[in-house]
This record gives sequence, structure tokens and C-alpha cells, in this order.
Amino acid sequence: MKIFAVLRVAARALRRNIMRTILTMLGMIIGVGAVIATVSLGNGAKAQVEAQIASLGRNVILIFSGSVNRGGIRSGFNAAGTLSVDDAAAIAREIPDVSIVSPEVRGGTQVAAGNQNWGTSIQGEGEDYLEIRQWPLSQGSMFTAQDVRGANKVAVIGKTVADQLYPDGEVIGQVIRIKNVPFIVVGELIPKGLSVQGSDQDDLVIVPYTSAMKRLFGSTTLRGITAQAASADLLSSAQKQITDLLRQRHRIRPDQDDDFTVRTQEEITQAANNASSTMRGLLAGVAFVSLIVGGIGIMNIMLVSVTERTREIGIRMAVGAHGRDILKQFLTEAVALSIVGGALGILAGVAGAKIMAAQNGWPALTPGDWIFYAFIVSALVGIFFGFYPAWKASQLDPIDALRYE
Amino acid sequence: MNPIIQLEQIDKIYHTGEVDVHAVRKVSLQINRGEFVAIMGASGSGKSTMMNVLGCLDRATSGRYLLDGADVSGLDRDELATIRNQKIGFVFQGFNLLSRTSALENVELPMMYTRHVAGAHDQRERAMRALETVGLGERADHHPNQLSGGQQQRVAIARALVNEPAMILADEPTGNLDTQTSIEIMGVFQKLNDEGITIVMVTHELDIASYTKRNVIMRDGKIVSDSPVASRLLAPDELRKLKDAHEAVQLIP
Repeated sequence: MKIFAVLRVAARALRRNIMRTILTMLGMIIGVGAVIATVSLGNGAKAQVEAQIASLGRNVILIFSGSVNRGGIRSGFNAAGTLSVDDAAAIAREIPDVSIVSPEVRGGTQVAAGNQNWGTSIQGEGEDYLEIRQWPLSQGSMFTAQDVRGANKVAVIGKTVADQLYPDGEVIGQVIRIKNVPFIVVGELIPKGLSVQGSDQDDLVIVPYTSAMKRLFGSTTLRGITAQAASADLLSSAQKQITDLLRQRHRIRPDQDDDFTVRTQEEITQAANNASSTMRGLLAGVAFVSLIVGGIGIMNIMLVSVTERTREIGIRMAVGAHGRDILKQFLTEAVALSIVGGALGILAGVAGAKIMAAQNGWPALTPGDWIFYAFIVSALVGIFFGFYPAWKASQLDPIDALRYE
Repeated sequence: MNPIIQLEQIDKIYHTGEVDVHAVRKVSLQINRGEFVAIMGASGSGKSTMMNVLGCLDRATSGRYLLDGADVSGLDRDELATIRNQKIGFVFQGFNLLSRTSALENVELPMMYTRHVAGAHDQRERAMRALETVGLGERADHHPNQLSGGQQQRVAIARALVNEPAMILADEPTGNLDTQTSIEIMGVFQKLNDEGITIVMVTHELDIASYTKRNVIMRDGKIVSDSPVASRLLAPDELRKLKDAHEAVQLIP
């Protein structure tokens, strides 16, 4: 029996009971649609997270001041200020895998310019900080090594701060008063948008760390050190060398905890990937369950169809259909149900993701390979769940089938 | 010349539950090309079983069955299906057409299951010719529910003819039809038989059997009588008589 004839018979059989066909397909449509929609949204979210992780900079190593243990009292992260400017200098000097080091201090305070004022966060950094963060300026220039050495009162400001303090747009060369200390704005950063945590990355003022320590916060220790590995594959070896060096410098005995934390961009990426692979596993579970439900629907309706058409099967067998002709015919119908259902599900899923994304301002990215898998799996569901009814039809006895009322 | 059908010592036993039913006992029968045979008998006589065995729908428990010179006794399901497709044209009491399928497509059905067939265009032409043979050429695109019982049975006969089988096997072909239509259908069979087609018919109606050429009567699984039809009825004559009778009834005031 030719494939074209088989398809024509299948199409006619499915059209004959159009309502039932649609309802049966609905199981597949909803199952496949839900999976495609969630994958699209999840994929969009993942792309967003990846972009945000990339916005950290290139091959970044973050070193934070850590907890110190004084007589059993552990002070917690960031409280102690265990890192010093000398630590940063030592890392730059002694670890060749690290190409750039920027000591960092931070604090929140009120800044003012003219008659405007704004509460923002102040970051003291080295002159190469923007290089690590891969963060270009929209105008002006970064402060120099000389500014850092001289603890000069110069600042680079984020877009948000610029908008708040200088509504008329004139930024470079203006005075910004930080804790009543006048700084000169030498550069403005291009906007980066929101961070992974949802905070505004453009709401900051960057000054030389020397100026911040001496003139603003009066501190002698660093909050952290931002470093850049020379290349991506040196990240973990640099991490280890930094750890060893700092333990040695801080005279930490082997049985004691570190009083600092070293994180690489790689680790952060991995954490995000772990989260998204958990998400994917969950999705696969949902997909599996919904496809089984859809498949059972198809099997059910095919069994009904075989019973209803027993006489037709008898006629076909009487005029010469082999068992496998009947099998092929019913299997084709089941696969047609599942494939058409799957295809409609893909369309529904893509459309649903687009609509949800548009309403909520999320990105939605439908991965091409998932569309392909959804299609293949739909076909497999049809074959798997259609086989038993089709086999049952093929085993009918022509005499009994012809006599069936 | 080989006979179309040669049955030798055919037995058919059904194992249903505890009691074995011996439906056909040691039946031998020979039917030659061009014959028109009615197999008759009351219900339970074994004629339906004979029909199933002759039609290769069922296998005999023992004995030999030669169809058109080939032994079909030992064939499996699929081989029997191929034999049915090539050698036998079925006509059933209940017409057994596919509903919501045009007359032409119903006639094409056996060709769907013929291996190595001609193209779709050729199939269509053959189906059309078969429909014209039974006088339904202009109703090719009608669906069964748009046709009368007699017309549906003609479509079924066209379907039986389309693969040019060795014989037509008809199971109570007039059972669902009124007298006049029954005679018309018998007329179609007689015309086909005159053109050389072998027809075997199972019926329990004596008057229908008298349109055939030979009557085989079964009782309790055995053939009890096998004789040529002495006073054969011819469909055109009977139709004329029936028409006259109708007119006569109407003439009475």
C-alpha cells in the first residue's frame, strides 16, 4: 500500500471526527506548548544572567576581606578589613598569572553638586579598574596612576549619578562634593543597567582608592581586591596562588580558616549554570509527564477508533489487506495526531512565550534544537502509544470483524 | 482445464469451549470455470463455514483445497490475504461498503492492497470500467448513503470485479433487498456469468438459487444434493413478469 494512499486514508479518518481529533491533539498541544514556552522563557532568562555575569568584566577574580576569628568570635565577611594595600601590591608583584590588580574600598554617602544632591555609593579603585570590568567611558577619561599616587580629588561617575547631579548635561570638569570634599569629575561611564541582584550598576562614583581611604573614609584596610587573570585558563591557578600568598602573608596556620575569600568569574558562571541545569531537569520531568498524558489520550482514542471501525478493518482484510497494512494505517493515524498536535504545540508555545515576554518585559528565546526535539518526540509518542491499538487492529480475524455490528 | 475450485475431504471443526463443533464433514466439491453455483442449506447446515473456507477467510481443519490450480490449504494469514486480493471477489449480504467514501474509491479499494499495481490513473480507469459494467458509471462520485440498496450492491459487485478474480463469491447477496431489486441483482450476476465469470453464491432462498445453473444443498456439514438447475429463471423474463403483475394489480379498479 503506497504511502500517499495511507496518508489520504489517515487524513480522511481524522477529519471524519474533527472534534474528537482536536480534543485528542489538545493533550499534545498543551504538553508540547507548555514545554516550549517554559524553555523559551528560561532560555531568555539564562541569556540575561549570562550577559550580567559577562558584565562583571573579563577573567575577573574577586578577593573579599573575610571573617577573622578572635578568641572564638568570628566577625563575618567584610567586617574586619583583613586585606591591605600591601596585599594588593604583593599579588601584583608576585603572581605572574594576574595581569591587573585594583585595590577596592567602598562606602555609601551623600554627594552634591550645585544645588543637587544624591545618595550613592563611593568606590575607591585603582587606575586599571575599568579595564578589568570591561567598562568603557561615554565621555572624559579614567583617572591616572599619578592621580592614585597623589590621592588626587578626581572622580568618574555613573550615568545615574550624572543624571541626578547634572540635569543640564554638563559633566566633565564639574565639581562633585563627596562628604563635602570637592572632587573634579573627569569621566562618565556608559550605562550598564541592572545587576544580577537587580541593583542599579550605574549608581556609583569611582575615585582613586588612595583618595577614598585618606580623604573620605579614613580607613587603612581594603574591602576587597579586584584582579584580572592574564587569560581564562589561568583563572583557577591564579585563584590558588592568591590564596596561598595571602595565607602566608596573613600568617594563617594550616588548621585555620582563611580570613578572606577568593571568587573567580568562572565559579559564578558555574553557579548560574547549575541553577539553570536544575531548571532544565525539572522541565524535562514536566515534559515527560505531559507527553505521557498526551500519549495516553492518543492511545485511548485509537482504541476507540479501532473498535468503531472493526467492520471497515474486516472489509479491508477481506479484499486483501495484510495485517501490516492495517497496522501501518492505524499507526499513521496515531502519528499524524501526535505530530500535528506537537507542531501546533510548538506554535502555541512560541507564541505564548512571546506574549508573556512582551507583557512582563522578559526576553524569550526559543532554542532551535528544542523545536527539533519536540517534533521528534511528538512522532515517537505517536509511534509508542499508537502501536498497541494498531497492532490490535492488525490481529483481528476478518470473519469476526466482518460480522461485527 | 483445471477446475477453479477443488475441495478434497474438507473438514472444519470449531473448538468452542468444551464441545467441538464439526461444521463441515469430509466435503469434496469441484467447480469449473464459467459455472454459476448456489450453495444452499438451512442455518447450521455448514454453508457459512463452506463460504469462509472457499473465500480463504478461514482454513479447513483438514483436507485439501485447490483454488485455480494452486493449493491454498497450508497458507498463512498474509498469503491468504494475497489470494483473496488476486483470486476472489466478495459480495456480502450487508454490502460492506466504506461509508463516506465515494463509489469509485470503494471500487478502488482492492487495488490499494495489490502489490505491483499500475499508477493511480490506471487504477481509476479500471475502477470506472467496473462501475460501468454494473451500470453505475454516472454515480461514481456518490457516497453509499446517497445510493439505494440495489445500487450499493452493484458497487460491491464492481469492487469484486475490479481485480479480475478467478471467481466471485457472494454471501446472501439479495438478503437485504426487495424482490424486484433482488431479481435485478441476479440479472447482473447472470450477465457477468454469461461473459464467462465464475460465480459461487451462498443462499437459503430457493427462488434466488433457481437463477443459478447448479445447486449444491448442504445439511449437517455434508453435501446432500448436487444437481443442475432444471428450470432456470432468467432475470429479464422475471422482471417483465413482475412488471406485468404490478400493472395487472393496478388495472383492477
